[in-house]
Amino acid sequence: MSTMKDFKTDQEVRWCPGCGDYAILAAMQSFMPELGIERENTVFVSGIGCAARFPYYMNTYGMHSIHGRAPAIATGLATSRPDLSVWVVTGDGDALSIGGNHLIHALRRNVNIKILLFNNKIYGLTKGQYSPTSELGKVTKSTPMGSLDWPFNPLSLAIGAEATFVARAIDTDKSGMTDVLRAAAAHRGAAFVEIFQNCPIFNDDAWDFVRDDKEGVNRIALRDGEPILWGADHEKGLRQRADGSIEVCAASDPDVLVHNASHPTPSLAFALSRVTQERDNGTPVGVFRNVERPVYDDLMSEQLATAVEKRGSGDLAALLHSGETWTIS
Amino acid sequence: MASKPVEQLSQVIVRFAGDSGDGMQLTGSQFTSETALLGNDISTLPDFPAEIRAPAGSLPGVSGFQLHFADHDILTPGDAPNVLVAMNPAALKTNVKDLPKGGTLIVDADAFKDRNLQKAGYAANPLEDGSLEEYQVHAVPLTTLTVGALKDVEGVTSREAERSKNMFALGLMSWLYGRPIEPTIEFLNAKFAAKRPEIAEANIKALQAGFAFGETTETFAVTYEIKPAKLEPGTYRNITGNQALSMGLVAASKLSGLPLFLGAYPITPASAILEELAGYKHFGVRTFQAEDEIAAAGAAVGAAFGGMLGITTSAGPGVVLKAETIGLAIQLELPLVICDIQRAGPSTGMPTKPEQGDLLMVLFGRNGESPVPVIAASSPSDCFDAAIEACRIALKYRTPVYLLSDAYLANGSEPWLLPDVDQLPDISTTFATEANGEDGTFLPYLRDEQTLARPWALPGTKGLEHRIGGLEKADRTGNISYDPENHDLMTRLRAQKVAGIASDVPELEVDDPDGDAKVLVLGWGGTFGPIAAGVRRARKNGRPVAHAHLRYLNPFPRNTGDVLRRYEKVLIPEMNLGQLLKLVRAEFLVDAVGYNRVRGVPLRASEVAEAIEAMVDQ
Repeated sequence: MSTMKDFKTDQEVRWCPGCGDYAILAAMQSFMPELGIERENTVFVSGIGCAARFPYYMNTYGMHSIHGRAPAIATGLATSRPDLSVWVVTGDGDALSIGGNHLIHALRRNVNIKILLFNNKIYGLTKGQYSPTSELGKVTKSTPMGSLDWPFNPLSLAIGAEATFVARAIDTDKSGMTDVLRAAAAHRGAAFVEIFQNCPIFNDDAWDFVRDDKEGVNRIALRDGEPILWGADHEKGLRQRADGSIEVCAASDPDVLVHNASHPTPSLAFALSRVTQERDNGTPVGVFRNVERPVYDDLMSEQLATAVEKRGSGDLAALLHSGETWTIS
Repeated sequence: MASKPVEQLSQVIVRFAGDSGDGMQLTGSQFTSETALLGNDISTLPDFPAEIRAPAGSLPGVSGFQLHFADHDILTPGDAPNVLVAMNPAALKTNVKDLPKGGTLIVDADAFKDRNLQKAGYAANPLEDGSLEEYQVHAVPLTTLTVGALKDVEGVTSREAERSKNMFALGLMSWLYGRPIEPTIEFLNAKFAAKRPEIAEANIKALQAGFAFGETTETFAVTYEIKPAKLEPGTYRNITGNQALSMGLVAASKLSGLPLFLGAYPITPASAILEELAGYKHFGVRTFQAEDEIAAAGAAVGAAFGGMLGITTSAGPGVVLKAETIGLAIQLELPLVICDIQRAGPSTGMPTKPEQGDLLMVLFGRNGESPVPVIAASSPSDCFDAAIEACRIALKYRTPVYLLSDAYLANGSEPWLLPDVDQLPDISTTFATEANGEDGTFLPYLRDEQTLARPWALPGTKGLEHRIGGLEKADRTGNISYDPENHDLMTRLRAQKVAGIASDVPELEVDDPDGDAKVLVLGWGGTFGPIAAGVRRARKNGRPVAHAHLRYLNPFPRNTGDVLRRYEKVLIPEMNLGQLLKLVRAEFLVDAVGYNRVRGVPLRASEVAEAIEAMVDQ
């Protein structure tokens, strides 16, 4: 049985002091042993950015690749090696800007990879430009008069791409994050986890409303099969309007929504993803959506097996001689 | 069978031309199949527009297929046709300028009506205004004859009946050149009999009617015979470059023992490789049609990390997008084969037309010092061997390798003497299974002394867990390193590794039969046929000339400089503005001269011969 120590490497961790990545790394290293997957069967693939250094610090197999392309590289690996546990670590710029295309396609294909998006709403490694999750009007080095970009909501995007597993966690909430990671690891297919991660240098305090929220004033914990209640005294709830959108209500409301992560259509999870601090003074965390759908890697393996069953294992000489041939003596 | 006089010919070049919807590619490929079975040597050149169905009857919508067949070995699809079959005025207009005076012209007389003439830009009907006087014109009402022959076939619309006229034309041409139509009948039955047997019946009837028409009409006085060519003994099949390349990759997978993973995005003229390989799942072939060119390359790198034979295929506009991923593969030192089926550029260029414009891009189109071995196939069937060789080098040296083909090789076809599978090279490789460091650690960048290749340790191997990435690696350990001396060392090691491949590839061979040539013609890749044919012609015209053809563009064969310096003059014909020329001048300080054409069609043997003769006579 491996321990947390086994998953640490001898490489010096080079994130800034106070970076949220430390907490995520520690949570990951302490959580991996309980999965029961051997280190050698685990692979971390990343792109470019602060988060992308993650694989260097996990004593598993790993690849620190190129900007935005980790989901594509992981797709090739997972599809050809279904025996491996493949994790992608990415950031808001890596996954949603330069790599947006690969992210949505990996999710819709339902490749068996776990994608962890460290969202700090800023470009850190390039020293502080606005990112695709920065809010409208955000003043940064590249937007002295404020950003003109409407931001992505990463969960809405993932759910819109019909991801089969979508969740949110907070870097400092070790037990909540471990619950989410455990569920992601158990999910067969693509799992997408947004982790609110603090960048103390370029966007400090961006998530304070939930990070520091020990009383649970702003966090809306999602528990499958349970009514969605929140607030300091659990005095608030969420309910669905007739048009499908979700609003805040009193906990006593008879229509308080019972969370159903396995709802067959993505609409409910999408409506939940639209509940935000800005709009509702509350932020849902936990597993939004967790449904089963055929997995790309499994489907491909099945096709190969079916082809061999129907046609026999490929014979090279027979292949070359297929079609019309003629002989000259 | 033929009751008319039979005339012997040693070779014929036929071109079928018609509207994109007229089925000219099918007609041409069936005529090719019939011809192959007679044992003639063959070379074909499909020539079609990128538009799937440009407006019917328009000039841009013309699709052509040229077939050269002979009783001796031939090297090209031919510079110009002897016989042109034109299914409409637009096909006539775009192709007749290539038909030499006295050539045979067979047209569908029914198609020469006002509207079609107008669309093709003819003020008067060329069949009537005397403008075709210099040709032997056979104006045959192909459409009327076809529809007449099919009047008893039930369940076929009049439009479907009309569309069978290509089979009537094929039947007529088959009669004229004594080709058997049975293979085409079998083909039509296999293609249509299950779903629409009446369509199979219509096409077969049209084919037979065309054949019978030849025998009975007075339009054609003689029929022709072309004896089988004396080719090397063995079993042959007709093959296009893309088919051969696909089979070469499957063979490489078998010979290396590694499952094949193809990442690809549809692009002309490379798509056929994706389609072909998708049919080989029983060989364990995984084909991944990616969301874009970058993902296609990325997935292949991911698969290579997992121990697959990683391949990605594309053409210029897609290859340029893969550049960053190939840089990653260079830094990771993982095997990867990138197939670039070159087409005319820049940008979208002419998607269905060949060019050799990507050589400098694949050599240098990346950031940093990033050497990649480059191999180029020289004929459609050579794509098979070139693919195996590209995989061999990639696996042995743990490096991305470029394999160059082009639109001409990809779609063109020739008879292929099938290799003995047992004689194909062993390209098996080994994976790291245990620690290689002194203290039981694993050093992912500890190199093989001879090849300088690094160990390939697959995920799943206990004790060899390691991290690799695009950041510069420390020598031996592979850890991140910004050390100045280390970067200098690693840059040189990567360059040495690729340069060292020169000792592992054959020397450049020279074809100089009399040994008295003062002029060397140096080519590379898909121009082999036209250059070799041009060399033959020049020799026949009394000009001694030597020919060498490069398969390895990086590194060059170790004797390349010696070969070049042995001759007083060097001529380098290319389908670009002088890319190999630039390399040769820079690398070997040889004052070579280029012969360059970028028309989107293969070089013409006659023009190459003229260029050679001019240089010899200087």
